[in-house]
Amino acid sequence: MQSFADGVVMNRDFLRSVFQSMLRARILENKLSSLYKAGKIVGGVYLGRGQEAVSATLGTALIQGTDFFAPLIRDQAGRTAFGEPMIDCTRTYLGSVEGPMRGRDGNIHRGRPEMGMPAMISHLGAQVPVIAGMLFAKRLQGTLAGRVGATCIGDGATSTGAFHEGLNLAAVERLPMVVVVGNNQFAYSTPNHRQFACADLVEKARGYGIGGFSVDGTDLLACASVIGEAVRRAREGGGPQLVVAHLLRLSGHGEHDDGSYVPAEIRGGHYGRDCIEVAMRQLVENNHATVDEILAWQDEFSDEVQRAVAQAQQEAVPDPYHEDWTALATRFPLSESISQSIAQ
Amino acid sequence: MTYIDAIREAQEKLLREDDRVFLYGQDIATFGGAFKATKGLAEQFPNRVFDAPISEDAMIGMAVGAAIEGMRPIVEMQFADFSSVAFNQIVNQAATHFYRTGMPIPITVRLPSGGTPGSGPFHSQSTEGIYAQYPGLVVLTPATVSDAYHMLLDGVALDDPVIYCEHKFLYRWLKAKSINGDHLPIGQARITRPGKHATVVAYSAMVHEAVRAAERLQQDGWEIEVVDLRSVKPLDLDTILASVARTGRLLAVGEAFPWGGVTAEVVARVTEEGFHLLDAPPQRLNARDTPVPYHPKLWAAHRPTPESICEALRKLLSF
Repeated sequence: MQSFADGVVMNRDFLRSVFQSMLRARILENKLSSLYKAGKIVGGVYLGRGQEAVSATLGTALIQGTDFFAPLIRDQAGRTAFGEPMIDCTRTYLGSVEGPMRGRDGNIHRGRPEMGMPAMISHLGAQVPVIAGMLFAKRLQGTLAGRVGATCIGDGATSTGAFHEGLNLAAVERLPMVVVVGNNQFAYSTPNHRQFACADLVEKARGYGIGGFSVDGTDLLACASVIGEAVRRAREGGGPQLVVAHLLRLSGHGEHDDGSYVPAEIRGGHYGRDCIEVAMRQLVENNHATVDEILAWQDEFSDEVQRAVAQAQQEAVPDPYHEDWTALATRFPLSESISQSIAQ
Repeated sequence: MTYIDAIREAQEKLLREDDRVFLYGQDIATFGGAFKATKGLAEQFPNRVFDAPISEDAMIGMAVGAAIEGMRPIVEMQFADFSSVAFNQIVNQAATHFYRTGMPIPITVRLPSGGTPGSGPFHSQSTEGIYAQYPGLVVLTPATVSDAYHMLLDGVALDDPVIYCEHKFLYRWLKAKSINGDHLPIGQARITRPGKHATVVAYSAMVHEAVRAAERLQQDGWEIEVVDLRSVKPLDLDTILASVARTGRLLAVGEAFPWGGVTAEVVARVTEEGFHLLDAPPQRLNARDTPVPYHPKLWAAHRPTPESICEALRKLLSF
């Protein structure tokens, strides 16, 4: 791990950028939590609290407009880092018809596939082969070189067939893919020892014949080094990379859940520390940012969040009387066979 | 030209004329597929035909990703039965994508469907009704050589996910002099055989069984109309209702399991919208409510046959 420390991703701008996405996401999610508790959000609210360092590092290491990123439930920070406008989040949570999902899907089930960021479905592991397919298309189109696709999942998702099938397929095709597992120790309420039996999930990488990394997900510098290296290796032709980040979810599964099943000794343990506080300390100690700068960012992002919430709250919600109630792009009936013109 | 030749020819034409098309499935490259539907295509089109690992879920997930990036993948499931493993990616990922995001997913999933003697419970299923139940999918069930060809071309040209149910029993048994047909568009049913005493609505291999039954009843003076749905979703209710208006009697025949499904949908819709046209209670005939049995004698009695269709028609005509 030592050798990555001087890599390009460890520079000052990169770390400041990652931290800004972490902070933006935290402030936004704190607001979402308040809105939920005030009854302003219909449906669930799912936070990435405690996972920001991992998610934002990945999002920052990816290149917008070139790379692909399939975020999952706890990736507000990664979405922000990858360039998702904050308004996409507030519009989707508040049901604005102006949002990318137009009230047809909510909360974290949003995306902009045309910008390389597919919209997740709830079924875990399902985005792994989708990212593989996006990369496969680029290979067929002759434009794969220098491109990376990444997705995040949790410890629970590693138990799914979709994860196994997708990662194995990516390995067979040797695609430039990075799968980051945020092992936050609980899949909803189910602890690791009821989820898998290996000592560290990174052991699975060997079985798939892909690169594997294990990292302290509460440590920004470690994340930047390790995730940055995994992305670099994938980009340079090293095939799929599995990164397992060890951390703890600092919230319930959703805001409806108080997470009381997490034992006090785990909460008070090493991974119970807040990655934002760790990152702040690391930035200040290494002279990458001053306390005053961070406080200024906090004010700036708080204003941004207020504006994004206010705007989404003022926008129209979908109108069932004017909704286009069709799930197909094709408008039937068709007047003629499409192949008729081809065949003649 | 056989039904499976038509499927192979259509894929060859698509690969030749559309750079966006590629084929993905188990054993389909050098081996040419379990049924040889892709025979020679890997040699003819290098890097366009790929063997997939035995990962049906990932195969469809991969196709969805490729479609997001502008491709038009055709995925061959080795048997329709195995698409159950890909069910999540088909109904939750591919089928919901356009409604949720506004971006359509033009993938075509080829499902070798239906029973053949000796194939047993896991190589014989008819899954069209399951997929038709989900919004966001087009479900095709060609019954003729010409339709097998043109509906595959038409299906790949659609922007939506297409479930293309090809009947294994028709693969080599069904032959035609050419692939030229009447070029009906997807979503339009065909009157395969005109008649005036009763309407049989069928699709896929059951169209041929229904025609056989109609020929037998003709000897007794009954003129049975056979409607080939061609696509079960969209369902061409106009053609069905027009036929029932002529005959006053409806029998819906399908090879799938009897609980719900295409035949139930046809009967329900005709009852709802054409109750006044009916001179007798509409009837359904499906496979039996057991897994598809292995032994040819059991299998032949599990699915509708010309005999059981005749019996159902006689009952319908007796009202």
